[in-house]
Amino acid sequence: MAYDRFVSHRAAVVSVFIMATLVIFVALSPFTARYGVNESVQAPPNYFLSPRANAWLGTDDIGRDLYSRLIYGVRVSLIIGIFSGLISVAIGCLIGSVAGFRGGRFDDVVMRVTDLFLAFPFLVTLLVMRNMIGGISWLKPITGELNSVRFIIVLFAIFGWMGVARIVRGQVLALKEREFIEAARAVGASRWYIVRRHLLPNSIGPIMVALTFSVVSAIISESTLAFFGYGPQAGDGATSLGILVGQAKGAVNTGFWHLALFPCLTLVVIALCINFIGDALRDATDPRLQRDA
Amino acid sequence: MLRYVLRRLAWAIPTLIFVTFLVYIALRIGTDPVASYKRINPRATKAKIAQYIEVNGLDPNYVRGYFRWLGNFVTLDWPRSIKGSREVWPQLKDALANTIRLGVAASSVGIVIGLGLGVFAALRPGGRRDVAVNTAAFVGISIPPYVSAILFQLLFAVYWSRWFGSTLFPTSGVYPPGQLGFDLGLMLKHMVLPTFVVAIQIIAVYSRYMRSSLLDVLNSEYMRTARSKGISEARVLFRHGLRNALIPVVTIAALDVGAIVGGLIITENVFSYPGMGKYFLSAFGEGDFPLLMPWMVIIVASTLFFNLLADISYAWLDPRIRLA
Amino acid sequence: MSAPVLEIRDLTVTFTTPLGPLAAVRGIDLDVRAGEMLAVVGESGSGKSVSFLAAMGLLPKTATITGSVLLDGRQLVGASSKELRAVRGQLMSMIFQDPLSALNPVHRVGDQIAEMLQAHQKLSDKAAKARSVDLLEIVGIPQSGDRALQYPHEFSGGMRQRVVIAIAIANSPKVLIADEPTTALDVTVQAQILEVIQKVQKQFGTAVVLITHDLGVVARVCERVNVMYAGRVVERAEIGDIFDAPSHPYTRGLLASLPQAGVERLSPIAGFPPNMLRPPAGCAFRARCPHAVAECGETLPTLRQIGASHSACIRAEEVLTSS
Repeated sequence: MAYDRFVSHRAAVVSVFIMATLVIFVALSPFTARYGVNESVQAPPNYFLSPRANAWLGTDDIGRDLYSRLIYGVRVSLIIGIFSGLISVAIGCLIGSVAGFRGGRFDDVVMRVTDLFLAFPFLVTLLVMRNMIGGISWLKPITGELNSVRFIIVLFAIFGWMGVARIVRGQVLALKEREFIEAARAVGASRWYIVRRHLLPNSIGPIMVALTFSVVSAIISESTLAFFGYGPQAGDGATSLGILVGQAKGAVNTGFWHLALFPCLTLVVIALCINFIGDALRDATDPRLQRDA
Repeated sequence: MLRYVLRRLAWAIPTLIFVTFLVYIALRIGTDPVASYKRINPRATKAKIAQYIEVNGLDPNYVRGYFRWLGNFVTLDWPRSIKGSREVWPQLKDALANTIRLGVAASSVGIVIGLGLGVFAALRPGGRRDVAVNTAAFVGISIPPYVSAILFQLLFAVYWSRWFGSTLFPTSGVYPPGQLGFDLGLMLKHMVLPTFVVAIQIIAVYSRYMRSSLLDVLNSEYMRTARSKGISEARVLFRHGLRNALIPVVTIAALDVGAIVGGLIITENVFSYPGMGKYFLSAFGEGDFPLLMPWMVIIVASTLFFNLLADISYAWLDPRIRLA
Repeated sequence: MSAPVLEIRDLTVTFTTPLGPLAAVRGIDLDVRAGEMLAVVGESGSGKSVSFLAAMGLLPKTATITGSVLLDGRQLVGASSKELRAVRGQLMSMIFQDPLSALNPVHRVGDQIAEMLQAHQKLSDKAAKARSVDLLEIVGIPQSGDRALQYPHEFSGGMRQRVVIAIAIANSPKVLIADEPTTALDVTVQAQILEVIQKVQKQFGTAVVLITHDLGVVARVCERVNVMYAGRVVERAEIGDIFDAPSHPYTRGLLASLPQAGVERLSPIAGFPPNMLRPPAGCAFRARCPHAVAECGETLPTLRQIGASHSACIRAEEVLTSS
């Protein structure tokens, strides 16, 4: 029934197709990309070429094919988005459900802390925390090098869980008072059992919604960081969507519209699609809209 | 009510101190102030370095160092920037003024239009205008501010001049280079594009919140009671509908300031607008501790302030909270 | 016999839904006499609330209303919003089931009453406030001066319903429509609210239409009863006749299904109310009726006089004589 409601959102269905196509395209990247990520399209002069037959979306400042780089870049960004999203949701579910269920001081502390962090300008928090975590040497084994993809995933996970935790907590609070929880308690179920078997499964809807918004937030945050030069800098010209969009800034002044337009368009389309999906999921699983046939 | 406010204020001071302490630690670990100083001033003598350490409260012991820094800060004895020993306050003051101007302009425009659109959409849910507003808001949320900033720059700086021969709206700075003194017209012209970019974010968020809140309210029983009293439809909408619908919106609004500031920072950077964003990014990039800490204090203080404002306005608007 | 203050003739209300037109009210005739306490009884979906919401003009735009509703000589069906607004709260008021959600949570109680007063009378703020306090006293709220400054959530359920009544009678309307006013309240409080309604009825001479599904409530306070089923009035009688000699199988079924002391098993009416998207031809009660015959399915039965009552059953005589 929730499936029916989801499917009635046409924009979301289209988004699912677009994202699926994109993911498949990107997953098959050695085949779908035309050139390597650091490969020149042709011998110089090869920079800033406008879209043409041997470079579908044009070339960048040192002659690399934008189309191929875009594919590899999207792959990196999607990996960052999905992994940090999943980790955020895992942590967020844990903390949120415990906070909501136990209440008391733990809940108060969690709420105040997340309130504060979420109220801060996100970019500032990210940058400051990025440097701080990068500066703590004993965390290196977990986080990897400062500029690596792994580091960014860890960084986003550390901040992404807060939004998720609040959503899960809200859901748990709402469910806590329902009779089936009381019944479970009456039968002597342990608190952990109740959380695991009753509360979390009944919160799948909001959790999935939180996941989609986590992913899109991570993707956009990555691009923001890269825009300011703090993004993932793997060697050999490896790129991310954020780095490509960041290069768009310079492209404006030089007037090479293709370098600005295509990465930006890709980013916006991805963000739009995931947002549509999340929105439709939210409508589809909204308990207030549950109506018996 | 007064007691509630005073109690919250009392909490705010220790929170401010605690959070700035955390920021202090984060910056020390993250930007390595001493190394940055040495990097910018490679010929600094040992004495100068020691003085820098002392004046900025960069003791090996974080707690002692923090309180030394706090002492200097509160007595307005601020250390100077690591670049050229410039005074901090004049720079910060200008940046703050510019950003406040931009923020206020964008917020006023954004909030008014956003709320208006939200009401517009909620009055006829499911209709064409509702769908239009919703979709537009959605797109607005999905486009990060720097993307729209870049696209606007592209449009106005590059293409407009190509098509029309002159720039309609300038795309950088507060004034054209070389401008001396105050010129309202020029200043406003320079503010148009960045204001618009930030306002888009605001409009997108507020219209969605207002719409959903108003829809909830319109479906409430007391709206039916209000109508059954035979009062005018306008009065029903404003005194009963909006009054209740604004409550959740106001609380979100105050907490959303952080997101607006984030959008401001990014937009300022793209448009080379010399505000708090540019100040922060360049100071952070250089690891300029004396420039960064006062900036942080302002940000933390305003965040706490808006949090407090949100709590207070929520209590003021909703008697159920106030008297609980 | 006093002239009817509210005269409803052939009122139909049809809703346009995504699943097609829904006939909530299918042609009812109903009179409300001045100062009387009239009951309109029926189950959920019978159209009892919708009929009066239609009269007040409080239905959404998806509702199509035809027929005639004359309030004190004014035609309400098809009237302009301005005309309807003049009537609402002034000549005719309505109170609803849940008093907590019916009151605006962010306005003081006294202000909500004052708003009703000032909508239809030229009163200064001070005079309106004073009158609000008076009205609170009339409905039996102690310390009315202090209470008027409080918010709805500071009142108990019964007290809130009294406030709602105070609002409704503020302008001494000729008709007060009470839509399930006691359903959301405890049994002990129910009795008190009914007393308040009766008191108000006598003091202001207001006619009260008591919409309910609870026959116990009806027995207590009403003089005449209309029984509705599937959007039509199926029986109309004096209070004594309804209980002693019901002339419609539905009414019989309702009475029989009331829990009785000493009787162990409940006897509900078999079956379910019909789907109003596709109302059955002929009598809508036919599928559940122990007296049904073939002719029942042919035409829509109309109310006809039988003794002192009216019944919409073609076999009313047999129904009367069966025990």
